[in-house]
Amino acid sequence: MLSVLDRKLVRDLWRLWAQIIAVSLVMGCGVMTLILALGSTRSLEETRSAFYERSQFASVFATVTRAPLHLKNRIAAIDGVAAVELRVVKQAILDLEDLREPASGIVVSLPDHRETNVNRLYVRQGRLPDPSRPREVAVVETFAKAHGFTPGDRFKAIMNGQKRELEIVGVVLSAEYIYAIGPGDMVPDERRFGIFFMSQKVLSAIYDLDGAFNNAITTTRKDAGLKSIVEDLDALLEPYGGTGAIERDDQTSHAFLDAELSQLRGMATVIPPVFLFISAFLVNMILSRLIALEREQIGLLKAVGYSNIAVGWHYAKLVVAICCVGIVLGSVAGTWLGRGMTRLYGEFFSFPFLVFSQGADLYVIASCVTIASALLGATNAIWTTVALPPAVAMRPPAPTRYRRLANTGATSLKLFSPLTTMAVRHLIRWPLRSFLTIFGTSLSVGLLVTALFSFDSIDHMIDTIFFQTQRQDATLTFSSSLSPQAVLAAAQLPGVLQAEGFRTSAVLMRNGHVEKTLQLASQSKTALLTRVLDVDELPVTPPSGGLLLSERVAEQMSVRPGTILELELLEQQNRLVHIPVVGVVQGMVGLTAYIDEQAFDRIMMTGPRVNGAHIRTDHDQLDALYTAVKETPSIASIALLGLSRERFRATIEENILISVMVYVTLAVIITFGVIYNSARIQLSERARELASLRVFGFTRSEVSSVLLTELGIIVILAQPLGWLLGYGFAVLVTKGFESDLFRIPLIINQSTYAISSFVVIAAGVLSALLVRRRVDRLDLISVLKTRE
Amino acid sequence: MLMDSPNSTKPVFHVEDLTKVYRTGDVEVRALNGVDMDLYEGEMAVLLGPSGSGKSTLLNIIGGLDEPTSGKIWFKDLELSSFSQSQLTRYRRDHVGFVFQFYNLIPSLTAWENVALITEVSPAPMKPEDALAMVDLEDRMDHFPAQMSGGEQQRVAIARAIAKRPEVLLCDEPTGALDSQTGIIVLEALNRINTELGTSTAIITHNAGIQKIAHRVFSFLDGKISSVVENDIRSAPSEVEW
Ligand SMILES: Nc1ncnc2c1ncn2[C@@H]1O[C@H](COP(=O)(O)OP(=O)(O)O)[C@@H](O)[C@H]1O
Ligand SMILES: [Mg+2]
Repeated sequence: MLSVLDRKLVRDLWRLWAQIIAVSLVMGCGVMTLILALGSTRSLEETRSAFYERSQFASVFATVTRAPLHLKNRIAAIDGVAAVELRVVKQAILDLEDLREPASGIVVSLPDHRETNVNRLYVRQGRLPDPSRPREVAVVETFAKAHGFTPGDRFKAIMNGQKRELEIVGVVLSAEYIYAIGPGDMVPDERRFGIFFMSQKVLSAIYDLDGAFNNAITTTRKDAGLKSIVEDLDALLEPYGGTGAIERDDQTSHAFLDAELSQLRGMATVIPPVFLFISAFLVNMILSRLIALEREQIGLLKAVGYSNIAVGWHYAKLVVAICCVGIVLGSVAGTWLGRGMTRLYGEFFSFPFLVFSQGADLYVIASCVTIASALLGATNAIWTTVALPPAVAMRPPAPTRYRRLANTGATSLKLFSPLTTMAVRHLIRWPLRSFLTIFGTSLSVGLLVTALFSFDSIDHMIDTIFFQTQRQDATLTFSSSLSPQAVLAAAQLPGVLQAEGFRTSAVLMRNGHVEKTLQLASQSKTALLTRVLDVDELPVTPPSGGLLLSERVAEQMSVRPGTILELELLEQQNRLVHIPVVGVVQGMVGLTAYIDEQAFDRIMMTGPRVNGAHIRTDHDQLDALYTAVKETPSIASIALLGLSRERFRATIEENILISVMVYVTLAVIITFGVIYNSARIQLSERARELASLRVFGFTRSEVSSVLLTELGIIVILAQPLGWLLGYGFAVLVTKGFESDLFRIPLIINQSTYAISSFVVIAAGVLSALLVRRRVDRLDLISVLKTRE
Repeated sequence: MLMDSPNSTKPVFHVEDLTKVYRTGDVEVRALNGVDMDLYEGEMAVLLGPSGSGKSTLLNIIGGLDEPTSGKIWFKDLELSSFSQSQLTRYRRDHVGFVFQFYNLIPSLTAWENVALITEVSPAPMKPEDALAMVDLEDRMDHFPAQMSGGEQQRVAIARAIAKRPEVLLCDEPTGALDSQTGIIVLEALNRINTELGTSTAIITHNAGIQKIAHRVFSFLDGKISSVVENDIRSAPSEVEW
């Protein structure tokens, strides 16, 4: 049996349903985003670590030119190393019947007659290749799916200059390639890039690496110092062309997942608090008003002997009840979206299985946080009821005192009509509430700017990368470094209109204690296809005397033009050279350092060499070019920038589109929650006033204009603040996104601000119209009978 | 003390067999049960009667705030009982001044602004300061309602009601919330307006003492007018015994 007070509670809830829905929607968004972000982070983390564990995923990776297999014991003897595998890992060009352009791939060796101890594969279909059958391969699932391959299917690959037909015997997943990206690509393209696995014996024979390896991976013991293992490994492999071992943190697939995870974590820390803050404010607004209206009832309850705590608890229960609605809405939406999102990750990244981690504790956390923040918002309102002495409560509250607008007497009405004056004075009468309402509305503008600006930035990024800096149609990578003659040969390939050679080499940069391994790239003074842009996006040519570093590298190494860096030439027996930084340039993808072509040759002391060529192609002769590339042994891979660009745009825009839809929904909900509630509160406070206006013969639209003017001012004032907040969020987002792989430029077009404002204003108008219907139905007579 | 009788016997309001039935669920309340009455131009009428006898209901209907269940009302040549909602709004705006027990001032507007609120939308208004002067409040023009006493607030409400020079002034218990001294000041203001502007005025009151200031007194009982008494001798408000 409900107590009488609880019955009052139920009736209050029933009466306030519209406002409660509005608040609990906002709250629900907080709960949803919290569950979504925390749940997906955990699911992704746990899926990844489960997969890593099953695969015995390596912690240290090293690449060499050619090293003898007998080094295995010495590597295994390094302190902290648990297991070692020595592999052959090579690039290959793929010739696929269902693809006009050449695809590229990485072929990885598997030990013969035993299971690998490091980076085990997860076999989805079929089996692993048999060493006695040289044509057998296992391919990664994404690649197989993209081409509809199943065991038994065949494809051709150009390996070490020879075209071979390979037979697929298995479809597998690898922890090393959860995220796999082809040369020259910015996002994965599983059609044009595949990973496949073959027997060590077979691969060594193909690549002339009998009794040798070019890639070493190790697992390590739990307590091992990775840094010292890397150092020991580097010392051991240096004579064999070791380019520096890397830790798991720098491994591409792992690093990318990490970036994704930290983004999700960022979302969990930034977005839910926005919603919880707004809902706390809305709860405060509703409760304060309710308590103001029920002042005399509170006095009566106390007078008849209800304790302060009982009265306070009665209102706290109301808050908790509102929270329950929000928690239920948010949990359902969060669970549903969370599963969808994890599944989306499962598709984007190749995991063999997904661990959904939406434990009960997640819901408990979300519920506690929501209730706590709402109660916090309600504190002062509830405290008012507790502190109110019964005798005072029974007396009507002192009438609201208004102030004149600064220095305006009777004459002010020349500027503002009395109706407008009413709106403005009401607005400044409760400055904190008005500010918070404006702030709440501006948060939705900010959220929208944050969601939409990525389109501007990505557009700018595509323009800068593909139209300003990398203007080639394709980039050829040679199998080894060749004499500049090779560029002339490349220019002779059918369909090639123009070819410009480039040289790259792995270097370790050192500035005091800061070290960074990256690819140093040559830039010729006469290059037309590829250009380097300075921070103001103007083309620069590298001066002969030094290095140009991209902003992120310069930041990480804390260098300025003039700083002298120590360079360890990893492909030249770790010879040391000292060279000054002469400029900082723009770089959105990867970590880059440029040096003048001739200067490069000088420091390498090998004479002029090239590693590849950027080419401009004749669109009509592409087929001939592709055929030629597939048949030229010295070309290891071809990166097609046009396709990369399309793929990049498509992938990013698809991802952004989803998030934009989510953000627009969230922003509309916030706007609705804030504007609708503030309108309802206003209506409750001013019902008498507004009804009086109707009595005096003002029309419905004149009367609602008082309310709408105030809302209009709030919404308008919220715009500039929202733009500012949006800009701030965008800065945070670009900073948060920034990784060694990507740097998103901060570009916000005016149209983005305009669209954001438009959506919020539209949502505001809609909420106001809902309240306007109530203004139209005001009961004139009953209002006149009662004292305020 | 003898006062002028109303300067005409032309009715501003003509009410015929008016009934008003409120239905709440199964319960039917006959608030008005066949009321006939005329209110003359320039007349000061007092409506007396026990609580619940239908006075406010009648006043609301002739003021265009409510519609009758049956019966007819004319305001001069206009048949109010056939008016639409928006016509009624227009009618209130142009012709009627209201004064209520609880003043109904806009708290966010000063006295002057509360009056200007109405004058700005009226066809031939007084200046707000002149209206306030008629109720002796010219020195409180810039005060907000919260800064004034009840009597002062009620006088602002009267100034607001008369500033548009309405044909009729309808007052529902204008002194109900006031003590005798302030009540008398308010009645004096109403009397002065009736005399100086010739505004037909209807005042609802509980206070039988007030009936002496009227030209005619309508007594209500159970939704009907039980008697109409013409005062041969009207008292000045200051003589009213509270
Ligand atoms: N909105 C309403 N709904 C139901 N009954 C009403 C309503 N307004 C007034 N009444 C009833 O009509 C009768 C007359 O009320 P009213 O005209 O206000 O009386 P009074 O003479 O005290 O001003 C009363 O019995 C009252 O209860
Ligand atoms: Mg009444």
